[in-house]
Amino acid sequence: MISEILNMNGYGLYVWSSFVFTLLSFGTLYFVTKIQLNKELRNFQTKFKNLDIEKAEIAKKQEIYRGILSSTSTSKI
Amino acid sequence: MLNYFNPSNTLKVINKIQKFIFALFIAVLILGLFEALVLSPEDYKQSDSVRIMYVHVPAAWISLSIFSVISILSFGILIFKNKNFILISKSLAPSGFVFNIIALVTGSIWGKPTWGTWWAWDARITSMLLLAVFYLMFMLSWKIFEDEKKSIKLSSYIAIFGLINVPIIKFSVDWWSTLHQPSSVNVFKETTIHSTMLMPLGIMTAAFALFSILIFLMKYHTELLKIKNKGLDRL
Repeated sequence: MISEILNMNGYGLYVWSSFVFTLLSFGTLYFVTKIQLNKELRNFQTKFKNLDIEKAEIAKKQEIYRGILSSTSTSKI
Repeated sequence: MLNYFNPSNTLKVINKIQKFIFALFIAVLILGLFEALVLSPEDYKQSDSVRIMYVHVPAAWISLSIFSVISILSFGILIFKNKNFILISKSLAPSGFVFNIIALVTGSIWGKPTWGTWWAWDARITSMLLLAVFYLMFMLSWKIFEDEKKSIKLSSYIAIFGLINVPIIKFSVDWWSTLHQPSSVNVFKETTIHSTMLMPLGIMTAAFALFSILIFLMKYHTELLKIKNKGLDRL
C-alpha cells in the first residue's frame, strides 16, 4: 500500500516533487512573512518603550496604536 | 463604505481571525492532501501523474485571482487615492507571486510525463510566465523609488496594464492551439471533470485560498506596523 502510494505507477518522482515543492514554498513564505512581522512588532515595542510619558499618552489616544498595543505582549494599555 | 476598510477596524479583525485561519488552513490542507494523494482515482490516460493537477490548478487560479484583485484595487488607488487599497495590494502581491511560481514549476513537472518536455512556449504557459513578470515588476516598483508617490503610480499602472494579460491566460486555450486542454471546470458551461476528482480539487483550492488569506493578513499587519513605526518616530 505505502510503496504503491510512493511509486504512483512510476510517476512518483513527478507527483511527490510537485507536492514537496508546493509545501516547501508555503513553508518558506510563511516563515519569511512571520519573521518580518515579528521584526516590526519588536521595533514597535522598543520604540514605544522609549517614548516619554507625554508622547506615550498621545500615542495611546490614537485608536490605531491602541489596536497594535493590545496585540503586543508588552502592552501598556 | 471606504471607511469600513479603515486600518483601525481591520487590525482588530486581523488579530482575532489570524490564528483561526491558520488552524482551518492546516485542517483543510491535511484533508485535501489525503483526498488528492490517496483517495482520488488515477486518470485513465495520465495515470497517477494527474494528481499534480491538485496543486497546479489551484495555484494558477489563486495567483490569477489575486492579480485581478490587485488590478481592480489599483483603479481605486488612482481614482479614490485610498491609502488602504495600497496596503492591501502590497500585502496580496507576495502570495500571488509564490502561487504563480508554484503553478509554473508544477506545470513544468507535469509537462515532462504528459507532453514529454519540461517547457514549451505554449500560449497558456507563456502568458502565465508574463504574469510572474508583472508580479515581479509590481513588487520591485516599491523598492526602486524612494519617493512613495512615484512607487504608487508606477505599481498601479503595472497592475492595470497587467490586467490585459488575465483574460489572455483564461482564454488562451480557446483562442490558440495549445498543448493545454480546454478548461474542464466551468461556471457557465458544463464541468467535464468527474466528481471524484472535482472534490479534492475543490478542497485543495480552499486550502490554497486560506493560505493566501493568512499570508495577506500577516503582510497587512506588517505593513501597518511599518507605517506606525514611522509615526512613532515623528511623535
